[in-house]
Amino acid sequence: MILRNEIVMLEVTTDWYLTLAAILFSIGFLGMMIRKNALIMFMCIELMLNAVNLTFISASKHFGQVDGQVFVFFVLVVAAAEVVVGLAIIVSIFRKQSSASVDVLNVSRG
Amino acid sequence: MVEALLFFAPASLIIIGALIVIFAKNPVHNAMGLVMTLVSLAIIYITLNATFVAMVQMLVYAGAVMTLFLFVIMMIGVDKKEQTTDSIKGQTFLVSGVFLILISLLAYVAISSDFKWDLWFPPVEFDAEGTPQLIAGALFTEWIFPFEIISLLLIVATAAAIALAYDTKKRNSNA
Repeated sequence: MILRNEIVMLEVTTDWYLTLAAILFSIGFLGMMIRKNALIMFMCIELMLNAVNLTFISASKHFGQVDGQVFVFFVLVVAAAEVVVGLAIIVSIFRKQSSASVDVLNVSRG
Repeated sequence: MVEALLFFAPASLIIIGALIVIFAKNPVHNAMGLVMTLVSLAIIYITLNATFVAMVQMLVYAGAVMTLFLFVIMMIGVDKKEQTTDSIKGQTFLVSGVFLILISLLAYVAISSDFKWDLWFPPVEFDAEGTPQLIAGALFTEWIFPFEIISLLLIVATAAAIALAYDTKKRNSNA
């Protein structure tokens, strides 16, 4: 009976969303550090950006203000711009080195 | 109960997708894991009353950005073996240790009762949905200057991508 009540009482508070966002950010960080492929490192950056977006949205709901959602919109646009430029850089590096591994990159001269 | 289900089902999909992103060997699988994470995040945004952001997440992230990723994966080719040796000695070991510390710290914060966000800052009762109308009201009044800068940034990024990806030598030799 007590267990049943506990299940009914289980309420999703803002802490849960923040914890989920923190886990997502940590996974993105781990992937950024252990992978060598530049493309997959970019995907890990996307994971971390999305974790931050989730904190913005949950805080926006928590405080009842729409500004958090506007900020998420800005983060989305910056992420899109970053992906466009980053992938163009990866393609042009791949033409030169025929590899997308970050360990073979030891010159910043084009 | 339904609320809890609507949180835990997408949350587990988000974490599984993120793990696929960092551990899968085939880049196409990584991209599909990222799509799973992004779509599940959009579901969570809807439960958090952020309808417009969920829509934009589906269109921009799960649509445009992922298409771009897949295009580049196809251009670069998926058959290349990724090198797995550490360039810095003990890199993977060290980073896994840092990750474990991060996760255990998080578990402590989530479980202990000292860190309750709701007790520090009591939540506001606010049920208005983040409709395009509401977002536009804030975006085009209070945030109009950042909005203009963002549009400038997009144009610069587009021009930069074209300039970077344009193969000058090839074009000149063909002409």
